[in-house]
Order: sequence, then C-alpha cells, then structure tokens
Amino acid sequence: MSCKYANGVLSFEGELISSTIPLLQAESKRVLGAEQPTMLDLAGVTQLDSAGAAFIDQLHSSFASKGLLLLKGANPEVQAVLDTFSSLHLPSAPSSAKIGFFEKLGDDFFTRWSSFTATLMLASEIYYYSLVGLFNHKGQRKGSFIQQAILLGSQALPIVALLSFIIGFILSLQSAVQLRNFGANVFIADLLAVTMVREMGPMMTAIIIAGRSGSAIASEIATMQVTEEIDALKMMALNPIRYVVVPKFHAITVVMPMLVAFSILVGMLGGAFVALGFLDLSLETFVKRSIEITTLKDLVVTFGKSTVFAWVIVIIGSYFGFQVKGGAEGVGKATTSSVVSAIFAVIVLDAMFSLLYL
Amino acid sequence: MDSKPIISVNNLTAKYGEKIILDGISVDIFPGEITVILGGSGCGKTTLLKNILRLYEPYSGSVRFWDKDVLTMDEQEFSAILKQAGMLFQNGALLNSISIYDNVGIPLELHTKLSPEIIDRMIRVKVNLVGLTHALHLFPSELSGGMKKRAALARAMALDPKILFCDEPSAGLDPITSAALDELILDLKQQLHMTIVVVTHELASIHRIADKIIFLDGGKMLFNGSLDAAKVAGIPQIDTFFRVGRF
Repeated sequence: MSCKYANGVLSFEGELISSTIPLLQAESKRVLGAEQPTMLDLAGVTQLDSAGAAFIDQLHSSFASKGLLLLKGANPEVQAVLDTFSSLHLPSAPSSAKIGFFEKLGDDFFTRWSSFTATLMLASEIYYYSLVGLFNHKGQRKGSFIQQAILLGSQALPIVALLSFIIGFILSLQSAVQLRNFGANVFIADLLAVTMVREMGPMMTAIIIAGRSGSAIASEIATMQVTEEIDALKMMALNPIRYVVVPKFHAITVVMPMLVAFSILVGMLGGAFVALGFLDLSLETFVKRSIEITTLKDLVVTFGKSTVFAWVIVIIGSYFGFQVKGGAEGVGKATTSSVVSAIFAVIVLDAMFSLLYL
Repeated sequence: MDSKPIISVNNLTAKYGEKIILDGISVDIFPGEITVILGGSGCGKTTLLKNILRLYEPYSGSVRFWDKDVLTMDEQEFSAILKQAGMLFQNGALLNSISIYDNVGIPLELHTKLSPEIIDRMIRVKVNLVGLTHALHLFPSELSGGMKKRAALARAMALDPKILFCDEPSAGLDPITSAALDELILDLKQQLHMTIVVVTHELASIHRIADKIIFLDGGKMLFNGSLDAAKVAGIPQIDTFFRVGRF
C-alpha cells in the first residue's frame, strides 16, 4: 500500500485495512504537508475494511470543511464497503453533561434521604409481617425458619468462635503486661469480662454476621430480583417480604443472642489461657471475679443491642437486595453496599448503646 | 469457492462428566460461506461452537483453523487466531460495567494501533449498523434483551473478523429487526468476505442466509450440506424441523 499527492489529488494504492491505516495516516500527512487536496483517488485500492472506510471518512471530514473533496475511482466492491461503513451521516458521540459541585451535593443528599426513607418503609413492612408471621404462617414455607437458623446461626459458629478466642487472647495478653507491673493480676478477669460482655462480644459478632450473613441476604435477594424470581413470587400472589425476608428475620432474632453468648464465653476462654498461664491466676478466681463484675444490666443491654444489630443487618441486606438494578454487576454492588452500610450502622448503634452506661 | 477449509473439525467428542454431548463430529467450514448449525434444544449446537473456540476443552478430536491445530497450540498463538474471530454469545455477554460505546471500542483499542478518531468512527458505524445509535452511551443493564444482543453483534464485528460466530443472533428479536440483522450478516459476507457460522432456530433466517447447514441431533451430525439438499435428504428429524419449525 502507498499514497501519493499530485495536482490536488491524493491517491491510495493497495489495501486500506486496519493493519495498514496507521502507516497510511502518517504517510498521507507527510505527502500532503500544508497542501489541501480536492480529490481522493481510490482507483488503486484493492481492499477496504471498516477501518479503511473510517480513514477515508476522516480525510473527507477534515478537508471537506475547507473546500470541496471528491472521491473517485473506487471499484464497486470498495464502494460498497464505503457505503455500508460510512460514518459521515452519523451524529458525533454526545459527551456526557458535566454536573456542578453543588448540584452533585444536592443530588447525593436527596439520594441518601430517599434511601433512608425507603429503608424505613421496608423496615416497617418487615416488622409488620414478622409480627403477623408469628401467629399466621401463611405465605411462608414450612421449615424455612429452621433452615435459616442453621444458615445464619450454626454455620457461623466456627468463625465466631475462632475470632472471639483470638480477640480474648490478645486482649488478655496486652493487658497482662501492664497489670503485672502494678501487681494487679487479679483484675485481668474484670477487664476481660467487662470488655467481652459489654463491647467485643456483641460488636464483633455483629460485624462477623454483617459480613457473612448480611452479604448472603443481600446477594440472595438481589439475584432473585435480577432473575425475576421476586416478580414470579408476586405473580403467584406471594408477598416477597413474607416469603423471603421474614424467615431470616425470625431466625436471626433467635440465633444472634445465642451467637453473642457463645462469642463472650469463647472470648473469656481465650483470655483465661493467658490469665492462668502468665498471671498465675486460679481458674476458680478467674470465674468468680468474672461473674461478680458482670451485672444484670450488662446482660440486658448486651442481648438487647445484639438483637437490634441483627434486625439492622437483615433490614439493610434486604433493602440493598430489593433495590438492585442491572445484572451481575448490580448484585455485586448491592452486596458490597449492604456489608459496608451494616457495619457502619452497627458501630453507630453501638456508640448510642454505650450512652446507656453514662 | 476456495476448496481449502478455513476451519476443520475432525472427530470431535465433547462430554459433560460422563455424558456425551458431541459424538465424533467432523465438519469443514469454507471461507466466505455462511454455515448454519441447526438442531433441537440441547443437541449440542452451542457446545460445538464453544469447543471449536476452545472455550470448552474437547474430550477428543481436533480443531484446525487455517490448517493449524488450535487444541495443541500455546495461548499466544491461539490469541492471534482469536483476534481474527468474533463471537456473538447467546445472551450477549457484554461487559456490564462499561457503556455500549466502550464495549464495542475495547477490541479496537486493545488490538489495533488505529487513532482515537478512527476508532470513534468505527464504533459509531458498527453501533449504527445494528440500529443502536440512540443507545451508544447506555450501559448493558439499561438495554432490553434484543438490544443487548445487537450491541454484542456490534462488538463481535468490531475488528472486521475473518470468521464470525453467532449463537442465536435473532432469538428474542422482532421479525423486522431479525431480517435487518440477516441483511447485515449477508453484507458482512459479501463486502468483507467474512466466514460466518450461525446457530439459529429461526426458519426465516435460515432461508435468508444459509449457504450450508449442519444438522445435529443427540450429539451426532445427521446432515452437512446445502439447504436444498437437506430438504430432500429424507432424514425424518430434518423433515420434522422444517415442517413444524421447532422441536
């Protein structure tokens, strides 16, 4: 392939295809210099593809504005490709409109506000149907509560146990060095009991459940939404909240306090290893002081807030699941958003519950 | 017609677990022809395409492109073959995180040295050819099933491939759009001399575009030849297919 310029005519020869265009572009610039062609001669072109057609169109557009540019000599085959793949009549690609800072800020605020109100609406529906579902199981499959309790509860036991044990162990280890300096070895049990019961037990369990079960709830509902399973349930006159969400809500309400209790006990066990091994505390003293320092108020607040955390995780997971748009990518986004939002909500709520100890 | 096949499949057997999906298929696909693969649902049409393109690993047999065995060649060599082939998947398989414009632009940006302005023109032309100019900057999640399929066809032909594989291009499309797509497939064959392999159930489409048909049934190839010859071959499954129009 080659190109030549003489007497206002830019001529091409050979193949004008995707692999030759970059060279021809450079060559045509070189032979033209500052000249303005009035005609493109395609008589020597033996093959043209859509890249070649785009190149001819590009030349046409850049020179036609400065004067008349004629095409000549294309054989019928080349002319047919040129006609089919011509971009001259097409509108240029529209650029996306720019949004100002304040417009974006306002848009974000209203988006978040409408998300918040939609979450409240969904929460009210979930509470209503959960309450109704306690007495009337219509619209729920038999055995769904047990199935969900196993999925959300017993299958989470290993990870809750492992992390709680490690946290109890680390807490004790970090505290042991300081306490031994002051001869206050015995207070390791107090410190551990208060920390595990009031904070680490419920919060760590909630974070684990938000990551594990909250994401599972969001992705399950989101997948059902994009595959039209939710619409199918509606068409079968089944309420999706009642069918999908209520069994999860009931199950997590029951299993979450159990998981928290389990987490506290395993965390204390992890701490006991350090207390008994490094601080020479007896098991009897460790257990006795742990029980003495734990008040009824601690237990009520802990199990109360763990139930609230559980509800928040289900509501947020369900909200992002039902709100999903698009296909597989939407499911991924919904899952990520549900985990981030649930962990954020758990930490904020935990801070609010801490005010009860003032 | 060039007597040398562009694709040569020899004694190809494919299995899912122990189940045989394709049983000793041998097919030659010649340059510049439109070959239509027919058969009832689950007979192995899509599996045949995916085995030819190494998306599934065949159990046995060989697949040759331009007389080179693609099943034994390394990734780099096979990648060079793939750059000359386009595939329209059954459900479009568009990348959801980018717009239609970018979906069509990806192969052009990554596999050519063309200037951005030429790439822009090529994208707009390809999208216009499938009638989606108005949807250029939409995302796949904002398109209907038929629109996704058309956008996927625009992507498949972005590089003007020498071979174009289309898995049910007109399924889910209205008859007018379907006929327009068939016209486009014929244009690609006539103007760019593309070799095209189409899996379809649409009788109207088969009559419009097929140079050759391959009829599969239960994983076996019952017929390979011209459409007219198929109709008089006296094979009951083919007769039923053309009489009833579907399985």
